[in-house]
Amino acid sequence: MEIKVVKDILGANEQIAQKNRQLFDSNHVLAVNLMSSPGAGKTSLILETIKRLKGKTRVGVVEGDISSSLDAEAIGKEGVPVVQINTGGECHLDANMTSTALGSVPLKDVDLLLIENVGNLVCPAEFALGEHKKILISSTPEGDDKPFKYPLMFHEADVVLINKIDLLPYLKFNTDAFSRAIKGINQKVEIFPISCTTGEGIEKWVSWLLTQMSRRQS
Amino acid sequence: MHELAITQSMLDLVLEQAEKAEAKSVGKINLVIGGMTGVVGDCVQFYFGFLSKGTSAEGAALSFKVIPTTAKCRDCDKHFELKEFDWTCPYCQSNNMEIVAGKELFVESIEVE
Ligand SMILES: Nc1nc2c(ncn2[C@@H]2O[C@H](COP(=O)(O)OP(=O)(O)OP(=O)(O)O)[C@@H](O)[C@H]2O)c(=O)[nH]1
Ligand SMILES: [Mg+2]
Ligand SMILES: [Zn+2]
Repeated sequence: MEIKVVKDILGANEQIAQKNRQLFDSNHVLAVNLMSSPGAGKTSLILETIKRLKGKTRVGVVEGDISSSLDAEAIGKEGVPVVQINTGGECHLDANMTSTALGSVPLKDVDLLLIENVGNLVCPAEFALGEHKKILISSTPEGDDKPFKYPLMFHEADVVLINKIDLLPYLKFNTDAFSRAIKGINQKVEIFPISCTTGEGIEKWVSWLLTQMSRRQS
Repeated sequence: MHELAITQSMLDLVLEQAEKAEAKSVGKINLVIGGMTGVVGDCVQFYFGFLSKGTSAEGAALSFKVIPTTAKCRDCDKHFELKEFDWTCPYCQSNNMEIVAGKELFVESIEVE
């Protein structure tokens, strides 16, 4: 006997993600999911963002890592609440892991939750966490062909940050062609070139975040 | 790499449906997978082998229907398959397109006894 199913394989994850989203909304938290390949600059960006928002916004951080807690320690030094998720070898965060971590985040005292996903451009694209915005960090040394290799990630992103632009003089990276390819398949995307090392462009990213937060509060 | 989590979710969904139908065993699972998901059928097959052991879906055959990543040109409205390293419309060379297929990841049907 054949039974018609036609159900999303990740439907269960989607349901938990929606619960997380409700939790964010009821606490007036803007949640963003930061995704990139390993070493593209997720932790550096979180540190830069925290520094610039000090006194303006209460930031909380969820750190997804396959095993270590180095990134969480670096962020904890900045004096913001940080919760570490060890995925135990899984290559992405999922809604359930996030839900568990949220139990330890003082959401009432947080306006902006930065979630550092596991460094990987394939898997995190599939798993919603309940975030309001998906942020993709693509760094210049990785090359300008990344959209073609990881189309789903670039298609889903609300923001693409081109990090490490301080290295552009040493690389063959065509920023225009890169941006054109992404915008061709993703009309909603905003693209900001940044450097976490020199601080160039970070101001624009931070003001985008502040705009998103004020839109949610009004 | 995410095939392990995806296979587990797929199996959970299949077992739930089989139980609802009061089926004794699942003989076949028909899956639909979009080209954009990067899900590798062989990996799913591999994980399914050990995850399904001892369940009513043990030994079930997996069938994969792969949907090519398809775009619709925003300028000339024509549909085409997205090529790997060239995102231009083959009809009018436009770069503006909408992805209309390729993100699928679902269980279409199961065959049970
Ligand atoms: N030149 C340059 N280096 C950078 C920049 N941003 C980050 N880095 C360096 O890149 C390396 C990786 O940065 P992280 O912030 O740890 O990257 P990540 O994405 O958090 O890495 P994982 O968590 O391991 O996936 C570090 O050595 C940073 O100092 C930048 O804008 N320019
Ligand atoms: Mg990091
Ligand atoms: Zn066209």
